[in-house]
Amino acid sequence: MRDLIYLTVILPLLGFLINGIFGSKIKNEKLIGIIGSSVVGISFLIALGAFFETLALPVEQRQKIVSLFSWMAVGNLNVSFAFQVDQLSLVMALVVTGVGFIIHVYSIGYMHGDRGYWRFFSYMNLFIFAMMNLILADNFVLLFLGWEGVGLCSYLLIGFWYDRKFEKSTVADASKKAFIVNRIGDFGFLLGMFLIYMTFGSLNFNEVFSRALSFNVPTYVFGFIAIFLFIGATGKSAQIPLFVWLPDAMAGPTPVSALIHAATMVTAGVYMVARTSIIYASAPQIMMVIAIVGALTAFFAATVGIVQNDIKKVLAYSTVSQLGYMFLAMGVGAFSAGIFHVMTHAFFKALLFLAAGSVIHSMQEEQDIQKFGGLKKYMPRTHITFLIAALAISGIPPLSGFFSKDEILWFSFANGGLFFWIMGAGTAMITAFYMFRLYILTFDGKERFGKDKHPHESPSIITIPLIVLAVLSVIGGFIGIPEVFSGEHGNQFHNWLAPIFKDADRKLAYFSMHSHTTEILLMVLSVVFAVSAIWFARYIYLKNPTIATDTAKRFKGLYNLLWNKYFVDEAYDAVIVNPIVRTSSSFLWKIADNKIIDGVVNGSAKLIDIISANIRKLQNGVAQFYALVMVLGIVAAFFWIILSL
Amino acid sequence: MENSLLLTYLILTPFIGSFLILFFKKGQEHLIRYTALAISTIAFIISVVIYFQFDSANSGFQFIDKFQWIKGLNIHYHVGIDGMSLLLVLLTTFLTPLTLLSSWTSIENKVKEFTFFFLMLEVGMLGVFISLDLFLFYVFWEAMLIPMYFIIGIWGGKERIYAAVKFFIYTMFGSLLMLVAMIWLAVYAIEPLGYFTTNLIELYNVAPQIPRDIQNWMFIAFAFSFAIKVPIFPLHTWLPDAHVQAPTAGSVILAGVLLKMGTYGLLRFNLPLFPEVAVAAAPYISILAIIGIIYGALVAMVQTDVKKLVAYSSVSHLGFVVLGIFAMTQESVQGAIIQMVNHGLSTGALFLLVGIIYERTHTREISDYGGIAKLVPVFAFALMFASLSSVGLPGLNGFIGEFLILVGSFKSPVLGSWWFTAFAASGVIFAAVYLLWMYQRVVYGEVTNPKLNGLKDMNNREMLVLLPIFIFIVWIGIYPNTFLKVSDKSTVKVVKQMYNPEKIKPVQMGLIQSSK
Repeated sequence: MRDLIYLTVILPLLGFLINGIFGSKIKNEKLIGIIGSSVVGISFLIALGAFFETLALPVEQRQKIVSLFSWMAVGNLNVSFAFQVDQLSLVMALVVTGVGFIIHVYSIGYMHGDRGYWRFFSYMNLFIFAMMNLILADNFVLLFLGWEGVGLCSYLLIGFWYDRKFEKSTVADASKKAFIVNRIGDFGFLLGMFLIYMTFGSLNFNEVFSRALSFNVPTYVFGFIAIFLFIGATGKSAQIPLFVWLPDAMAGPTPVSALIHAATMVTAGVYMVARTSIIYASAPQIMMVIAIVGALTAFFAATVGIVQNDIKKVLAYSTVSQLGYMFLAMGVGAFSAGIFHVMTHAFFKALLFLAAGSVIHSMQEEQDIQKFGGLKKYMPRTHITFLIAALAISGIPPLSGFFSKDEILWFSFANGGLFFWIMGAGTAMITAFYMFRLYILTFDGKERFGKDKHPHESPSIITIPLIVLAVLSVIGGFIGIPEVFSGEHGNQFHNWLAPIFKDADRKLAYFSMHSHTTEILLMVLSVVFAVSAIWFARYIYLKNPTIATDTAKRFKGLYNLLWNKYFVDEAYDAVIVNPIVRTSSSFLWKIADNKIIDGVVNGSAKLIDIISANIRKLQNGVAQFYALVMVLGIVAAFFWIILSL
Repeated sequence: MENSLLLTYLILTPFIGSFLILFFKKGQEHLIRYTALAISTIAFIISVVIYFQFDSANSGFQFIDKFQWIKGLNIHYHVGIDGMSLLLVLLTTFLTPLTLLSSWTSIENKVKEFTFFFLMLEVGMLGVFISLDLFLFYVFWEAMLIPMYFIIGIWGGKERIYAAVKFFIYTMFGSLLMLVAMIWLAVYAIEPLGYFTTNLIELYNVAPQIPRDIQNWMFIAFAFSFAIKVPIFPLHTWLPDAHVQAPTAGSVILAGVLLKMGTYGLLRFNLPLFPEVAVAAAPYISILAIIGIIYGALVAMVQTDVKKLVAYSSVSHLGFVVLGIFAMTQESVQGAIIQMVNHGLSTGALFLLVGIIYERTHTREISDYGGIAKLVPVFAFALMFASLSSVGLPGLNGFIGEFLILVGSFKSPVLGSWWFTAFAASGVIFAAVYLLWMYQRVVYGEVTNPKLNGLKDMNNREMLVLLPIFIFIVWIGIYPNTFLKVSDKSTVKVVKQMYNPEKIKPVQMGLIQSSK
C-alpha cells in the first residue's frame, strides 16, 4: 500500500475534476456527494493500509519515497513530484483523510439544497488534494505547492457564498483577506526556501536535513532560515501577527470551518516546523521566539474568546489559541507532543464546529449564542457530542485533549520554564471557562429564542459523523499516555514519531531533571484549574447571568478591548493597508507616473514642438530676408576668421 | 547543424499570406478571417516541426539559413535559432492564430487591412527572434513598429492617436540609439576581423575585446532601446496608453510578444556582446527591475480601468524577467525565459478576457461591474484561472518562472546580496492584492448595475481561443521540463560567458559551503 500512496493525492484530484467539470450537469445531489466523499474515503483506506504496512516494518525501514516524475530540473535544482511515506506524514495523512472523510459525509447533509452543491464538493476535494501534497511532499517546493494550494481552497471556500454580506463587510472581503495574509506568510516561506537552496544546494528534505548536520553552517544562517519559514507558519497557522484572517474565515460554510480552519490546513505550519525540526534545533534562539509567539497567541486569543457571542467566532478564536499551544510545543522542542495535539485537536475541534453547524442549521442560520439556550432537550445527540468535545478541549481526563495538552504543559515547564507553564495553564483555564460559557448559553439554561425558531435534531447523516468524532475525542488520547503513567518508552505515539525527531532531540539535548512528583503535581493542578473554570462558568451563566452583564459594564474598557479583538484589524488598516493604497493612488499613479514621468516625456515632445515652431519662422519664403541672412552670415564668418588668425 | 530552410519558410508564410489577403474584396470578410487563420496556423505547424527537429543538446544556433543580401556592406540574410529564441518563436506562432480568432467579432470594419497588418506584425516579430545579422534584426525591429502603429491608431479606442504616436516615438527613439551602436560596433570590429560585418556570431567573439569605455556606451545604447521595449521603469509610460487604446488583439500581441523583444534583446545582445559591462551594470538594472516590480504592482492595484490594471501588471511581471536575466545564474535565466512565455500566456489570457467582457458591456471601469459570477459562470472561472496563473500559484505556469528567477537571483554572485530578491519577492504579495481585489470587484458580490442583466456567457469561439492557452498554463505548471530543456544548453552557454571566475568571486553572505 505504501507504493500506492500517490493515489491518496490523485483520487481527490480526480474527484475535483469530475465534480468540477460535470458537477453542474449532474442533477442528483447524492451522486455528487458520494463521488466527493468516496474519493476521500478510499484515500483514507489507502493511508490506513500504508500505515499498517509501515507499522509491521522494522524502524529503519519505515521511511520510503514514492517518486512520480521530475517537476523542475535546472542546474542543481531538481525537484520531483515525489511523496515521502514516513511516521510523521502517515499520522498527518490519516488525520487529514480520516477527519476529511467524516466531514465530507457530514456535508452531504449539511449542504443539502445549496445552489453550489457541486462546486462545494469539488473545492473540498481540491483541498484534500493540496493538503495531501503538503504533508506527503519529499521536498520544499512540492510542500509549497500544497501550502499555496490549501490557501487557494481556503480562499475559494471562504468566499463560497460570494454574494453575501459578512459582519461589517462582505464574504468576498473575508476570503480575499485570508489569501493575502497567507501570501504575506508565503513570502517569508519563499525566502526561507531560497536561503536553504543557497546554503545547502538542494530543496529535497533528505538532502537538506543530512547536509544540515554535516555542513559547517553558521548558526545565524539557520536562524534566518528558521525565522523565514516561521513567518510562513504564522500566516498559515494564524499566529501573531498574521492571525487576523482566521476569525473572518468563518464566513465560509461550517464544514469548511471544521475541516480547513480547524482540523487540518491551519495545522500545516505546525507540521512544517516539525518536519524541519533539525533546522529549528540548530537555531535555538528562534525556537524561543516560536515558544513566545505560541504562548502569547494562545493566551490572547483565549481572552478574546471569552466575550464573543457568535458561536463560530468563539470556536475560531479557540482554534487560534489551540494553534498557539502547538507552537508553544514546537518552541520548547516537544515536537511529538505538538503533533499529538494536532491530532486530538483535529478530532474535538472538528466535532465542535460540526456540532455548531448542526445547531446553526436547526436554528435557521442563527449564530448568536445569546439567542440560543436550552437546546439540549431538542437536540440530544448534538448536545452530548458537543459536551464531550468541550470537555476534551478543556483538558478533562481521560479525554483526548487532556493527554495532549498536558504533555505540552509539562514540556513547556521542563524545557521552557515557569513562564511558559503559567501562560499555558492560564490559557487552559480560560479555555475551559469560555467553552462552557459557550456550552451553557447554547444548550443549557433558559430558552432565549423566538417563537419563529423550531429547533430540532439534525438527520443521521449529520449526527453520525458527530458520534464518530465524539468517540475519537474520547479515546484518541490513549495512544499517547505519558511515561509517568506508562513507564519508560510507554508512550506509543512518542515512540512512533521518535525516529523523525531523533536528530533534533539529540541536538537540543534537553534532559529532565524534574521528578515525577513535579509532573504529577502540575498535572493535577491543571485539571483543578480546568474543573474550577467549568464550575465558575456554570455559576455565572447558569445561576447568576447578571454577573456577566454587570462585570462587562464595570470593566467597560477591557470589555470593549476584548469585544473588538484588541483592535488589531483596525490598527493594520490604519497603519499598513490604507497608507499603501492611498500613496499608490494619489502619489505613485496620479503624480509620479502621470505628472512626473509622463510629464518629462510629453514635455520633451512639447519642447521640440516649440523649438520647431520658432525655427520655422525663419523659413518665411521672403527672398530679401534670405539674402540679408546670407550677407550677415558671410560677414560674421569673415570676422571670425580674422579674429582667430 | 546543417543548414535548413525551415525558418525561411516560417517567416515567408505570413509574409506571402498577408499579400494574399490583399486580393480579397470587400464583403469577403469571412473568407479573409478563415484564410488568415489558416495561414497563421500553418506558421504554427512549421514552428512545431522545428521544435521536434530541434536538438536541445546543442547550445549553438540551428536551422541556419544564410545568403548575401547587400554585397557592398557584407550584409546577409542570416537566420537561425537557439533554445531561447525557439521558445519565443513558438510563443509568437501560438498566440497569433488565437488572437486572430479572438478578433472576429471585435474587428468589423476594415477587416482586410487589419488582417494584413496583423500578419505583417507576425513577420516582424518572427524576424526579430530569428535574425543573426545586426542589420536584418534592425530591419525587422523597425518594420514591426509600423503595423502595430496602424493597429493601435486605426482600430484603437478613443485616444488611439495619442497612444499610437507615443508608442511609435518612444520606441523609435530607442531604436535609433541602437542603430548607432550597431554601426559603431561593426566599425570597431573591422580592425580585429579585417573586414566589415554585421554577422552577430562573429561579433560575439570580437565585441568583448573592444575598449571598456566604448563598450560602456554601446551597452547603454542597446540597453536603452530594449529597456523602452520591455519596459523597464521609468521608461514604461508608453505602455499603459498603448495597451489600453489598442484593440484586444493588439494588446494581446503587444503584451504577449512585443515586450519580450526587449528582454530577448537584452539576453541576445547585451549579455553576450558586453559581458563585463553587463556584470558591472547588473545591480543597477536589477534595482530598476525591482522598482518596476513593486511600483507596477502598486499602481496596478489602484487602477479603476481593468485594462489599465492588466497593463501595469505587465510592468511588474517584466520586472521579474529583467531581474532574472541580470542575476545571471542558470536558474534565474532559465526562469526569465520561461517567464517570458508565461507572461505571454497569462497576460494574453487576461487581455482576451477583458476584451470578451468589453465587447458585451462597452465599459472597462471596474466599478461598473460586480456580481457577474452568477450571470457568466464560465467567464468567471476563466478569469479566476488566468488571474491565478498571473499570481503565480504553484501548479500553474507563473510560479515556475517566478520561483526559478527568485531562487536563482537570491544566490546570484553578480548581484552579491540577497536583499534584491527579498524586495522582489514582495511582488508575490502585491500580485495577489491587485488581481484578487479586481476579481472581487468585478465578479463577486451582488449585481448592482442593471445594464449587466442579460449578460451573455462566453461562446464556443471564445472558449476555443482560451482553451489552448489554459492547457499550456497547466502544462508549464506541472511539467515545465518540456520547455526548460529546450533552452537549457543555450542558457548555460550565456551564463558561463558571464562568469569570469578570476573577476567574480562567488562568495555570498559570508557562507562557508564546505562539509566537515
